[in-house]
Amino acid sequence: MFAYDFMINAFAAGGIVAVVAGAIGFFLVLRGQTFAGHALSHVGFAGATGAVLLGLPPLAGLAGFTLLGGIGIGLFGERLSGRDVAIGMVLSLSLGFGLLFLHFYTSSATQATAVLFGNVLGVGTETLWILLGLAVLCLGTLAVIARPLVFASLQPELAEAKGVSLRLIGVLFLAVVAMAVAESSQIVGVLLVFTLLVGPAAAAQCITSRLWLGVALSVLLALLDAWGGLTLAFYTDWPTSFWITALSGLVYFAALFAREVREGRDGRASRVAQPMR
Amino acid sequence: MTAIACDRVTVAMGGRTVLSNVSLAIERGEFVGVLGPNGSGKTTLMRAILGLVRPRAGTIRVLDAAVRRGSPAIGYMPQVRPALLHARIRGWDFVASVAGGHRWGLPWRSPAERKDVERALHLVGAQDLARHSIAELSGGERQRLLIAQALVGEPKLLLLDEPLISLDPHHQQAVIDMVRDIGRELRLTVLFSAHEINPLLGALDRVLYLGGTHAALGRVDEVITGPVLSRLYGSDIEVIRLHGRIFVMSSSGHDLEHDAHQHEH
Repeated sequence: MFAYDFMINAFAAGGIVAVVAGAIGFFLVLRGQTFAGHALSHVGFAGATGAVLLGLPPLAGLAGFTLLGGIGIGLFGERLSGRDVAIGMVLSLSLGFGLLFLHFYTSSATQATAVLFGNVLGVGTETLWILLGLAVLCLGTLAVIARPLVFASLQPELAEAKGVSLRLIGVLFLAVVAMAVAESSQIVGVLLVFTLLVGPAAAAQCITSRLWLGVALSVLLALLDAWGGLTLAFYTDWPTSFWITALSGLVYFAALFAREVREGRDGRASRVAQPMR
Repeated sequence: MTAIACDRVTVAMGGRTVLSNVSLAIERGEFVGVLGPNGSGKTTLMRAILGLVRPRAGTIRVLDAAVRRGSPAIGYMPQVRPALLHARIRGWDFVASVAGGHRWGLPWRSPAERKDVERALHLVGAQDLARHSIAELSGGERQRLLIAQALVGEPKLLLLDEPLISLDPHHQQAVIDMVRDIGRELRLTVLFSAHEINPLLGALDRVLYLGGTHAALGRVDEVITGPVLSRLYGSDIEVIRLHGRIFVMSSSGHDLEHDAHQHEH
C-alpha cells in the first residue's frame, strides 16, 4: 500500500487533518455549534467553485470563504435568536452560488465531485505543505485560546464576569473552526465535513467526561476513521470518503449505544430513587 | 467596613429603568436575601456589582473599591442555563474552568489552582460528585458544584443568583444551611436571591427587597411589612405571619411570592 506515492501523501494528509478535526471538533461539540461547522463547509463550496471559475486554486477560495463565514457567524453573537434559521439560509444560499459558479465553469464534473466529496488520493506535495501550515496555525490558535474557550463554553455568564470577552473568544474560535473545515474538505469534501469534525468528537464525549482525555480520544478516533478509511478504500477500491463516513458513523453509534447501556445499568436507577428536583 | 455601597444608583436595561436612585450599604460578613417579583432587578443588581452593567447614574463601590469587571474578590453563581443540564463534562473540569479561566493559553491547572478547586469542592462536600459528568447529576447536586465554582479563588463576596430554583423544600433548606455555614466560617458577605422569603428566614441577617425600581434593605420585620411592600409593588399588599411563616398577599388575595415562582416555570 505504501509503495505508492499517492498513498503516502493521502496518509500524511489524512493524519494532519484528523488531528486538527479531532481537536477542534471536540470544542465544537462541547459548545453545541456543530450546525455552524456544517454551514461553514457549504460556504466553502461557494468559495472553492468561485475560485476555480477565476482560475485560482480551490483550496484558497475555500479557506478564504470559510474564514469570512466563521468570523461573520461569530460576530452575530451568541444570543441572536433564530440563529439556526439564519445559518441555514446562509448554507443554502452558498450552495446556490456554488451551483451558479459551476454552471459558468462548464468542464467541471470531476472538479465538482472533488470539492463535494473530497479527493484525498489526489493530494500533491504542495497541498500537503499547505495543509500542514494551516494545521499549525489552527492548533496554535487553539492552544492560545483554549483556557478562556473552555471557561466561556461551560459558564458564559461567569466567564464574562471574570473578564473574558465572549464575543472575541467566539469569533476566534469560529475562525479556527473555519480553517479546520477547509482542511477537512480536502479529505472528505464539503458535504461530509461533519464526519471528521463532529463524529469522532461526539463519540469521544459519549465515552469519557474528562476534558483532556476527551480531546485525545477525539483525535485518536479521527485518525482511526481517516487511516482506516484509506486502508479499506485501497483494498476494496470503493471511495475513501464512503469508508471514512462508514467508520465514523459506526464508532459514533457504538459509543452512543455503549453509553446508553452503561447509564441504564448504574447511575440512573439509583439517582431516580432520590427525591430530587 | 462596607462590602457593597450603592449611592443613588440608576440602572436601565434595554431602555427600561430597572433600578432608580437606589442607595444602600451592605456590611462585610452579612447574609442578605435578595427578593422581589420577576423583573424587579435582582439579576441586574448583581450584574451591576460585577461590573457587567454600567449604571446610568450613581456609583457602586465593592469592598471599598470602585466596581471593575473581573474582580477576583467576587464569587458569582449565575442562574442555571438549560444547556448546562446536558453538558457531558466531568464535574471537576467544570468547577476548575473558573480557575484562571480568563488567562490565555492551555488550561493546565497549576498545583495551587488544583488545591484551590479541591478546597472549594471540600467546602460544599462535593469531592465525590466532581467525578461524575454534569449531565448525570440531580438539580441539588449540580447546585452544589455551582456554589463550589463560585468559591474558587477565595472570594470575599458571594453573589448567588436563584440557587433554590427547581429544588424541592428539603434540598432548598440544605443549600441555604450550607451557604450560611460556609459564609460564617469564611466570613463572607453573601447576596442570595430567591423567589420566596420563608426558606431563608433562619439564615438571613437582612433582606433586600426590590420592586417598582425601588429597593428596601433591613431586617425581615422592618422590610416584609404591608406598607413597605405596598410601596415597592405599587399596589396594596398585605403581609400575613402564620406559624413562623410569612405570606405576602395582594389585596385580591393572591399569594404573590408563590405566583411569581410558578410563572417562572
